[in-house]
Amino acid sequence: MKPVPEGPAPEPTVQRLRVRYAKRGRLRFTSHRDISRAVERAVRRAGIPVAYSAGFNPHPKISYAGAAPTGVASEAEYLEIGVNRACDPRRVRDDLDASLPPGLDVLDVVEARDGGLADRLEGSVWELRLPGAEPEEAERAVKEFLSAGHVEVERLTKKGMRRFDARQAVRTLTVVEGPEKTAGQEPVQPCVILRMVVRHETPAVRPDDVLMGLRLVAGFAPPSPAAVTRLAQGPLDAVTGEPADPFDLDRAGGER
Amino acid sequence: MSVESLFPRLEPLLPKVQKPIQYVGGELNSTVKDWDEATVRWALMYPDAYEVGLPNQGVQILYEILNELPETLAERTYAVWPDLEALMRSEGVPQFTVDGHRPVRAFDVLGVSFATELGYTNLLTALDLAGIPLEAADRTGEDPIVLAGGHAAFNPEPIAGFLDAAVLGDGEQIAIAISEVLREWKSEGSPGGRDELLMRLASTGGVYVPKFYDVEYHPDGRIMRVVPNRDGVPSRVFKHTVMDLDEWPYPKKPLVPLAETVHERFSVEIFRGCTRGCRFCQAGMITRPVRERSITTVGDMVEAGIKESGFSEVGLLSLSSADHSEIADITRGLADRYDGSQIGLSLPSTRVDAFNIDLANELSRNGRRSGLTFAPEGGSERMRKVINKMVTEEDLIRTVTTAYSNGWRQVKLYFMCGLPTEEDVDVLGIADLAKKVIRAGREATGSRDVRCTVSIGGFVPKPHTPFQWAAQCDHETVDRRLRALREALRSDKEYGRAIGYRYHDGKPSIVEGLLSRGDRRVGRVIRAVWEDGGRFDGWSEHFSFERWMAAAERAFEGEPVDVEWYTTRERDEHEVLPWDHLDAGLDREWLWQDWQDALGDVEVEDCRWTPCYDCGVCPTMGTEIQVGPTGRKLLPLTVI
Repeated sequence: MKPVPEGPAPEPTVQRLRVRYAKRGRLRFTSHRDISRAVERAVRRAGIPVAYSAGFNPHPKISYAGAAPTGVASEAEYLEIGVNRACDPRRVRDDLDASLPPGLDVLDVVEARDGGLADRLEGSVWELRLPGAEPEEAERAVKEFLSAGHVEVERLTKKGMRRFDARQAVRTLTVVEGPEKTAGQEPVQPCVILRMVVRHETPAVRPDDVLMGLRLVAGFAPPSPAAVTRLAQGPLDAVTGEPADPFDLDRAGGER
Repeated sequence: MSVESLFPRLEPLLPKVQKPIQYVGGELNSTVKDWDEATVRWALMYPDAYEVGLPNQGVQILYEILNELPETLAERTYAVWPDLEALMRSEGVPQFTVDGHRPVRAFDVLGVSFATELGYTNLLTALDLAGIPLEAADRTGEDPIVLAGGHAAFNPEPIAGFLDAAVLGDGEQIAIAISEVLREWKSEGSPGGRDELLMRLASTGGVYVPKFYDVEYHPDGRIMRVVPNRDGVPSRVFKHTVMDLDEWPYPKKPLVPLAETVHERFSVEIFRGCTRGCRFCQAGMITRPVRERSITTVGDMVEAGIKESGFSEVGLLSLSSADHSEIADITRGLADRYDGSQIGLSLPSTRVDAFNIDLANELSRNGRRSGLTFAPEGGSERMRKVINKMVTEEDLIRTVTTAYSNGWRQVKLYFMCGLPTEEDVDVLGIADLAKKVIRAGREATGSRDVRCTVSIGGFVPKPHTPFQWAAQCDHETVDRRLRALREALRSDKEYGRAIGYRYHDGKPSIVEGLLSRGDRRVGRVIRAVWEDGGRFDGWSEHFSFERWMAAAERAFEGEPVDVEWYTTRERDEHEVLPWDHLDAGLDREWLWQDWQDALGDVEVEDCRWTPCYDCGVCPTMGTEIQVGPTGRKLLPLTVI
């Protein structure tokens, strides 16, 4: 017979809160594990009544959906917290944001309705800043890439070198107009900005896979590493190909 | 003159290195003070990787205390991994602090905390990356004062050439005092330059400035004497002792990192010092006397620390936590306060004979069973008498029986190999002990689902202990005994599979021994190892015994000494030891007598509970034992 923990069972989850947060600036160097530790501590400091799993080693009920890789910034990361006492989502947004270090910033909190959050995150909008790259070369490479049916790329994964297609997952890919200079700013070096919508697939196609694709089809090789930011995630619109806000379905029926 | 942040130059390197978050700073409760508003600026270094250094209590305490001073600022720096070191060299980025990302060379003091001697090569990397000359003699007014502290600083002689100064003992008050001397000297316009500043520090008798002392040697290699080489420098330097820990309730705001570190908990030191008198234990000798933090201060610190950090585990820290005079009330009080809150308690060091069922129950009240570790240290009764670890086999069996019958399934046991007078049979005794532990566990639980892990490493004789005269056991003998023990454990059909075995081989202990009891001549070895690429010697994947031995051979050429001379050679009573001019308060004659008692299997009691046996610390240092009970209790926390 297995030993059973003494004492009462943990209090049940009465509400699930969905959180959209950003990973900005220096904190883009946090890994997924770093973030989950930071969130657990912030939840405790903020006094949010997080529910715990049963067992000898109870874990807070916090789940994460599709975290951006270490080194990549994001304006659209998602997590879900199970609480054992109903909370006002707006208050949780403020308290959690105040408890998290600056750079991990809470943007939006809603009460979850039916359906899993992860299933709604069908695609992402990525922005890649490529300092020192030539806009004309970028335009040409993008055109070549989009006109190709398949672009086989390679990436080293935990299971060794893997070959897969980086083209089909890319819904849109454009060269954004160069960075506009705001008043008082020093003239910046030329910088190409790519914007792309990529469908989430297995194996996942990452922004750097697309970059490798651009190099393979058109020899496009920016001189320095890309600064990558995820701008949005959500269900992909069949017509526009753009992601919608994944919280729309939770908000349907009006704010509480 | 302001100092620019190096972060814009560091940032492009970070995507190319492992765990970049460790170099970014921004920990919860970290502080970046205005550079220009401070007069005295400290860079505090823990000379190991961030994941080891960040949780270090000493650095966190000094960081907070110094930053509370109005005209002082303190930032932290850690050893960078070789991947970043290579990039910093190629891109010309100097050693930086993680708080303001300021260059370490711009600070007034580089304070380095040495918990172990294996951080010495990392000091050299940091100095070199910072652009600070490795040898103190080559430094100018543009360089910080390089100041060592921590337990290894009780014999800083091997790194004396790289240091400007060293401090022995508790850092709280002396750090403030040094800051004040610096502030005064700077406000006077830095008269007399670096030398006068060092002289002002040295003349207090509380700061050791190696270059003000000359070491003279006998032709056979032994030290003849160590003497001050200028007027006004005291012949002995004394350690520092904070007497009232309730007046120094630090850390108040623990640093909470984003990166994963070795200790993910809020630690409160519940007392400092230990007088159990284990003869191998340098910490127990140099931190005397015992000074308890009161139950109420501990309660307040835990409450504030949890609120400030969000940690879910509280470590009650000390050299032997179950020995606090009110440990039962502390653990019960804390367990009551945090009942049902998922806050777990742990006692990192618990003596076998001080553990009991009440403690076991309080520690596991919220359902968690953190691991239990006990350290009998010696495998036979005779061995434990030699080292004065007064723990009997009955104590151990009774304690593990309590633990197993209260739900623990796993117990870890720590031992040492290569202790003075040790023979093969003493080490093989560990196997018998482990089997008895499993047998007791099976009987107590009626189940075969109990385990124990035997963890064992080589013994290193340390300065300021009764074993400072002892011959260190050679690594061949240590490794042979460790293999024999493994065989004895594995070959047992009844118990073998229930016993795990972890060991550290004997070679690193020889290097640690060289560095622990070395003199100034050993500095050449350290430098040669570092120049040959030696880094992170505390990490087995980076440590190279061959590199150390090859460097020693070159460095000692033409000298009457070698590695064996420093390690496996027994010293006689009157040999001048490299640290004899550094005073931890311990009476040398008492230490020698205790060494003789060890050889005669004579035990010594704890002076907390029996009359004083004249170790010398209290009269020399003007200190006294500070223990409870206070009779106070922890009241439930009221929610306002």
